[in-house]
Amino acid sequence: MLGFLERPVVVTADINLNVVALTAVGLLSRLWQLAYPRAVVFDEVYYGQYISFYMKRIFFLDGSGPPFGHMLLALGGYLGGFDGNFLWNRIGAEYSSNVPVWSLRLLPALTGALLVPMAYQILLELGFSHCAATGAALLILIENALITQARLMLLESVLIFFNLLAVLSYLKFANSQKQRPFSLRWWFWLTLTGMACSCAVGVKYVGVFTYLLVLAVAGVHAWHLIGDRTLSHVRVLCHLLARAAALLVVPALMYLLFFYVHLTLVCRSGPHDQIMSSAFQASLEGGLARITQGQPLEVAYGSQVTLKNVFGKPVPCWLHSHQSTYPMIYENGRGSSHQQQVTCYPFKDVNNWWIVKDPGRHPLVVSNPPRPVRHGDIVQLVHGMTTRFLNTHDVAAPLSPHSQEVSCYVDYNISMPSQNLWRLDIVNRESDTEVWKTILSEVRLVHVNTSAVLKLSGAHLPDWGFRQLEVVGEKLSRGYHESMVWNVEEHRYGKSQEQKERELELHSPAQMDVSRNLSFMARFLELQWRMLTVKSDDSEHKYSSSPLDWVTLDTSIAYWLHPRTSAQIHLLGNIVIWASAGLATAVYALLFFWYLLRRRRCIRDLPEGCWLRWVLAGALCAGGWAVNYLPFFLMEKTLFLYHYLPALTFQILLLPVVLQHVADHLCRSPLLRSVFGSLVVAWYSCACHVFNTLRPLTYGDRSLSPGELRALRWKDTWDILIRKY
Amino acid sequence: MLCATSRLLAARTATALPAQPRGRGPGARCRRRELHFPGHPEVPLGEFLAGRLARSSVSASRRAILRRGRMPPAVGGGPAGSELRPRRGRCGPQVTRAVGPDVAAEPAARSPKRPARGSRRFEAAGRWALLALVTLLSFATRFHRLDEPPHICWDETHFGKMGSYYINRTFFFDVHPPLGKMLIGLAGYLSGYDGTFLFQKPGDKYEHHNYMGMRGFCAFLGSLLVPFAYLTVLELSRSLPAALLSAALLTFDTGCLTLSQYILLDPILMFFIMAAMLSMVKYNSCADRPFSAPWWFWLSLTGINLAGALGVKFVGLFIILQVGWNTISDLWHLFGDLSLSVVTVGKHLTARVLCLIVLPLTLYTATYAVHFMVLNKSGPGDGFFSSAFQARLSGNNLHNASIPEHLAYGSVITVKKLRMAIGYLHSHRHLYPEGIGARQQQVTTYLHKDYNNLWIIKKHNTNADPLDPSFPVEFVRHGDIIRLEHKETSRNLHSHYHEAPLTRKHYQVTGYGINGTGDSNDFWRIEVVNRKFGNRIKVLRSRIRLIHLVTGCVLGSSGKVLPKWGWEQLEVTCTPYLKETLNSIWNVEDHINPKLPNISLDVLHPTFPEILLESHMVMIRGNNGLKPKDNEFTSKPWHWPINYQGLRFSGINDTDFRVYLLGNPVVWWLNLLSIVLYVLLGSIIAIAVQRGAHLPAEVEGLSQVLLQGGGQLLLGWMLHYFPFFLMGRILYFHHYFPAMLFSSMLTGILWDTVLQLCAWSLASPFLARGMYAAGLLSLLLGTAYSFYLFHPLAYGMVGPLAQDPRSPMAGLRWLESWDF
Repeated sequence: MLGFLERPVVVTADINLNVVALTAVGLLSRLWQLAYPRAVVFDEVYYGQYISFYMKRIFFLDGSGPPFGHMLLALGGYLGGFDGNFLWNRIGAEYSSNVPVWSLRLLPALTGALLVPMAYQILLELGFSHCAATGAALLILIENALITQARLMLLESVLIFFNLLAVLSYLKFANSQKQRPFSLRWWFWLTLTGMACSCAVGVKYVGVFTYLLVLAVAGVHAWHLIGDRTLSHVRVLCHLLARAAALLVVPALMYLLFFYVHLTLVCRSGPHDQIMSSAFQASLEGGLARITQGQPLEVAYGSQVTLKNVFGKPVPCWLHSHQSTYPMIYENGRGSSHQQQVTCYPFKDVNNWWIVKDPGRHPLVVSNPPRPVRHGDIVQLVHGMTTRFLNTHDVAAPLSPHSQEVSCYVDYNISMPSQNLWRLDIVNRESDTEVWKTILSEVRLVHVNTSAVLKLSGAHLPDWGFRQLEVVGEKLSRGYHESMVWNVEEHRYGKSQEQKERELELHSPAQMDVSRNLSFMARFLELQWRMLTVKSDDSEHKYSSSPLDWVTLDTSIAYWLHPRTSAQIHLLGNIVIWASAGLATAVYALLFFWYLLRRRRCIRDLPEGCWLRWVLAGALCAGGWAVNYLPFFLMEKTLFLYHYLPALTFQILLLPVVLQHVADHLCRSPLLRSVFGSLVVAWYSCACHVFNTLRPLTYGDRSLSPGELRALRWKDTWDILIRKY
Repeated sequence: MLCATSRLLAARTATALPAQPRGRGPGARCRRRELHFPGHPEVPLGEFLAGRLARSSVSASRRAILRRGRMPPAVGGGPAGSELRPRRGRCGPQVTRAVGPDVAAEPAARSPKRPARGSRRFEAAGRWALLALVTLLSFATRFHRLDEPPHICWDETHFGKMGSYYINRTFFFDVHPPLGKMLIGLAGYLSGYDGTFLFQKPGDKYEHHNYMGMRGFCAFLGSLLVPFAYLTVLELSRSLPAALLSAALLTFDTGCLTLSQYILLDPILMFFIMAAMLSMVKYNSCADRPFSAPWWFWLSLTGINLAGALGVKFVGLFIILQVGWNTISDLWHLFGDLSLSVVTVGKHLTARVLCLIVLPLTLYTATYAVHFMVLNKSGPGDGFFSSAFQARLSGNNLHNASIPEHLAYGSVITVKKLRMAIGYLHSHRHLYPEGIGARQQQVTTYLHKDYNNLWIIKKHNTNADPLDPSFPVEFVRHGDIIRLEHKETSRNLHSHYHEAPLTRKHYQVTGYGINGTGDSNDFWRIEVVNRKFGNRIKVLRSRIRLIHLVTGCVLGSSGKVLPKWGWEQLEVTCTPYLKETLNSIWNVEDHINPKLPNISLDVLHPTFPEILLESHMVMIRGNNGLKPKDNEFTSKPWHWPINYQGLRFSGINDTDFRVYLLGNPVVWWLNLLSIVLYVLLGSIIAIAVQRGAHLPAEVEGLSQVLLQGGGQLLLGWMLHYFPFFLMGRILYFHHYFPAMLFSSMLTGILWDTVLQLCAWSLASPFLARGMYAAGLLSLLLGTAYSFYLFHPLAYGMVGPLAQDPRSPMAGLRWLESWDF
């Protein structure tokens, strides 16, 4: 029972002082004077507003990445007691006293600092010497661009942290695979790999490339495992299932969790509501929910409604009509029906109200009890202000001549009979007798005579149409498109005849509570879809660059300039490290192909273990560089130098790998080896010198004279700001 | 993955088999991956199965080898250094001999009868007869009612028109390379079409114009796809039924049929793709006789077809990737073969570089040379190209023109944007409307030649008339500060800190001043790109930038169309971003200066490589410019394999003659199912092999065909399909058809294999045979019957639309999105 007392409690601790020391210098380099400058620096202006939204719990939509990164930044604000009251409008604006600058910048700085010991660990796990590992860490330590990026409220260093964490924990897992599979340690590192991957994806979408790389390496390892005939079938299956669970299921769940927390946190309506669907908006506090609160759920004959287009591009808008008619003759000489215009209008307006009418009955009010409209019913839509019927006919639309014109019927044109019957088609119905519901139902209005569907064409009408959006009738057979789908947003039962008012008040309509009706998955899917499809506007930027400029560091970004002196923060890399990292990649590739070709001819230069180590290091480091760099050539968004930093980090890890390989295998004689060693030391001191020279631009703490700044402009393309006195 | 696995398998087989001197006998030639139809090789199932008869001995011998276990590589008893060695397990018959008569005798004894020489001849004859039948059927279906409808269908309006351009020798611009249209033009020319038909819009009647030559040419190439598929599958699987099934799928596919019947690039493109695939496969089969005549023939034919595919559309790049991948893995195996000397491997490499890189590139360039030679008259495509290029075209105002070469003060010039389809710097007597920047005169770019495009270069500080004969000529140099005065309105090109009308981050550009007197905001620095010193500025050839002196911005054009107040001309802005993008680079086109001597522009003729490069840049930009709009219906790549929506070729209403491009749904859905099934089956086999399971000999043979032959086809399908997901340009349904060819061939191989596997697993030989035959026949008859049902889509139909229950097609509208 008390057997454990028979042995003394012994704690043995192995402390690798290398790691401790590297962590310490890492922290020092990243945290030193962290709260300086006390002003908005570059993209802080962009991330800062999201932090404020979190603090105020206001809903927002940012297409640049999933919410996990923003949430991490906001966590710093929360711990620092930030109330969100700061106007993020201008780079260089002084922070007011309520902004906890230090704690806001702390998290990126910490992750940036931890890169240093992690680089050390990764090289060790790859099977390289402590010397090479320390070298990798020291290179990360003095990389100016990484320091600059880590010391501000930006997400790159967080992304890089999770990227490296994923690689590191996968390596730890793979190494414990050889010793004790299914041990606690094995499970820990395996799960951590999956979690780090999903965190990386959660910070920025580009994290997915590292995730894919890790998956590919894991896949190859699993394939070898399948080929391992010493394992039983069941055991192989267990291995595969464990990997699938940790590397596929866990990340997916974590990703959902980020959105769950995000949607729980930002629950109030805000400036980005308009992009979302009515149902989503109604699930937020305030905003649309306040307007639609207490409105009847089921649309009935006699209901007064506003109809919002579900697609909402180029702008969200409501079906609209007004007194003006289509011009008799358009500019290009085509004629119109000269009937009342029907458009889509992006603002709330009294002319957006329509009354749902039963074609067989006269009154425009809701009967008692209300007769709900169901899928497949034929209805007429009456424009509330002008009492004209929504109509379409075989006349070419003003701007989209292949589609039909939609108008409100004016009866003086006798040659054109009114064609105002529409069939209701509820797209997201669950049964064929479903009732048309406010906000929740997405409907298509199919014209009975011509089977045209009411559609937002996306074109802006000219001046005669007051620059509102064109609405047309499109052939149903063209297929399904979201711009054909509408939903009821505001809704009330019509009660224009006074005598009926009392009756209706007595009859209480079914109340709706959309926020409870909309499930998390529905909200997640909508939000994710909108994030992926939202378009950023004008994409030109003074400091944008193309991926080709990155490898050679032909570009730079001015982050911040002191309001009075020339002290400035400038994103510039340590050019010695960039150049040698690029060189190392080339050398690696050459050597790799050389060895590969020779192995194919059965000439084995390297022992098998060494070769495998060399391949794995290349797959992770050179592969990490490639997957984080090459896809940018296919991207059409505005790119900046900092997008290269994840790739660069992997490239830097490759540098000591190549150096050690050259020292171990290519320098045959001890003399050559010592010469090579001293060259490496000289090269590293050179890198240190460059770091030191560029330090004022990295930390922005010291104002340099124009002459000194001009001297730092080593490349013509570096736009170092020089203040004219 | 699968593909890699198949290589793995292949490599293993190759090493497992001993090296052999190559036999010359007919049995030794190109025979590989033998199939075995379990037990009953000699029972004729009609012609269909004839192909299988002769091979029983071979498969039996293979079984024998496998039963003995794998041979260690050390056994390799062939003469050392023999370079003609079988690879990749293609050496079944040779092995028979190596193993010795005792082993070979055993299966021979078991198998009822060795087919006689006569039956082998019979088999070859049957094979040819089948090929002839397949070809005949294909031609019959493609040429049936080729002349209908006698009006322009869909994209015939483009490609027919371009054919006419070749006949008329007028220059035009298209986003595709020229070969396809050149062939169409040639076909038209040879068949007596005179190029006078206008090809204005779909639906226009051809009347007396001879269009059948062009349609017939396309239909001819389209008909050849079927025999090509037949031969390819036969080569890959060595199974006649598989080849027949693939051919039937393609023959009876309404989509392929429709696409082959009109004047389009697609039949030409698909012809070259399939021809390249076929010759690659053929050449792979000759791998045991390197550097022989057929080997060279097929190798160079592959290269020629690659050039053809790329010359028709850039989609041809995908088949180049496939051939490239095949070649690399091939070389990799050769390189790993230690019995081959490095010199021999080098020879192999050189042969491939010559035939697959140098030859296609030469041919591709040659098509452009012909293109530029034929099209020597000015035409609708001029405006897309640079001024220097236009000078080549007779009829263009730059052709044979003579203008002063260097810019001088006082010259009257037009300034053209270097980027295509932007036009000339332009101004006119209309002001920017209220609320849009300063209310000054508009400056735009305009695509057409016009008096309002003329500007006068003046010195920034004097307003003296530089054309006064008393002044000496003063040339404009790189870095000079100049003023550009609009000739018609005498206002200066001007910019200031007001935001531009559309691009809000840029500055507005206006015309300002009275009679040439303005302010310091009218000063611009003229710079030549890539020039350091104060050199003169050349007409047409110098690429210049205009930098605003006060604000430091660069004159550029965003390419956005101004609203009606700007006459829908394009916006001109001054951009504060000093990047050297094409948006801010201009050149001087017209140049009038009486004080300077004129030189002939002929000296400025661009060289052929320059023209080639320029036309490629223009094509790539043109392709990138084809972007879909938000609210439009666009075809998405995921629509295609499920045959979600067709394309209307002709006719809309019930009275029209309607042709609708839609795949035969039976064929397409079978293809889709086959891909899924293939991936499943392939993974199962690959994992089983990786786990070290010993497959029975029959299954082993089948799985080799499945993984290697099928792997090639699956790769082809993936290469021709998945890249479309990455493309930003507007996509159409017909882009899927090259991929569909591959997927149909895969279906043929897969079902043949699946049926054989099923038959093999049945105990009773009679049942097995019956099952196999029944399965195959039902597949063939099913596709044929579905073609009978759907043929009106391709051959045209009149009458009520399919939504109408009265229409005979009403019951065939299986998806709501089909619209015929």
